[in-house]
Amino acid sequence: MQRLRSPFVIAALIGVTALLGLLVYGLSHNGPDRAIEDSLAKGQREAAPDFDLPRLDGGGRQTLADYRGKVVVLNVWGSWCDPCRTESPLLERWHKRISRDGKGTLLGIDVLDNTPDAEAFIREYGLTYPQLKDPEDQLRPEYGVAGVPETIVIDPRGRVAAVKRGPVDDAFMRQNVAPLLKAGS
Amino acid sequence: MRRLLALLMAAALLALPAAATAADCKPRTTLGDVEDEVMCPVCGTPLALATEAPQANRERAFIQGLVDDCLSKDQIKDRLVAEYGSEVLSTPDDSGFDLAATLVPAGLVLLGGGALAAAALQWRRSRGGWTSYGPLDDDPDETGVREPRRPGPPEPGASERLQDDLDRYGR
Repeated sequence: MQRLRSPFVIAALIGVTALLGLLVYGLSHNGPDRAIEDSLAKGQREAAPDFDLPRLDGGGRQTLADYRGKVVVLNVWGSWCDPCRTESPLLERWHKRISRDGKGTLLGIDVLDNTPDAEAFIREYGLTYPQLKDPEDQLRPEYGVAGVPETIVIDPRGRVAAVKRGPVDDAFMRQNVAPLLKAGS
Repeated sequence: MRRLLALLMAAALLALPAAATAADCKPRTTLGDVEDEVMCPVCGTPLALATEAPQANRERAFIQGLVDDCLSKDQIKDRLVAEYGSEVLSTPDDSGFDLAATLVPAGLVLLGGGALAAAALQWRRSRGGWTSYGPLDDDPDETGVREPRRPGPPEPGASERLQDDLDRYGR
């Protein structure tokens, strides 16, 4: 018993306990946030977290609230990302379709990228929808963004209606975006 | 036509010093020097170790462009932070879980030092008290070795005083 009370043993026990606590904390807070998927699985649409990001062309900043009343298809991308290249023509087509009547818009968010490469990518694919950049990683904690590309669909009332972790296809857009364009969605 | 040619030549002459200046600027750092101190944000590793990742290659090309423009290492790092965010720097963040990267090693050093000090103290105590010797004999014997002074005869009445003390304290 006296051996257990020695200062050396007590110090070692405290150290090991502290390290184990740190490990548990790190592991429990290390995975991407899937709160959006959890809500959608219950049939609920949570309010889309607002953000305040700089425009890629350097023309000031924009927030999600600036697009209130419209369907917003938020697309997170990077110029170095191959699946982003694959889906870009489809996204541009859908932007032209949903912005025709002013009811919706694509909104690109460039991440982990440098501006010259991003601008070259936009020119290469002829993207005409608004582009912001997220150098300080606002989207990751708010939307659980863990990679690129990812697409979050937001309804005119500012709620998350759908999410796709990975490249989108036409079927996803027809199932999740088209219905929101009808009045009252 | 002559006026146009003159204008063109004037424009070319004006452009030459600027071009020469840009080409002549001496790079103030190297790609290798910068990539040792920044991260590949996608890979989560230092950029120098991210050999094949597409984003890392684009980042290196971007840095090389800034090196060629003769920016200093600190200026290049500031531009990288503006483009990629503060996570592009190799030093850990000073908040949240990243703060543990600084606190844990410091904490371990303190704990280890404290444990060593405590162990040393306990080891000293476990060796027992010092042996107490009397004063040395001032008269060395024939061999020249000084020995502890032997106690002399007891004082008169010392034995009775000792017995009284023992009786008083119940021993």
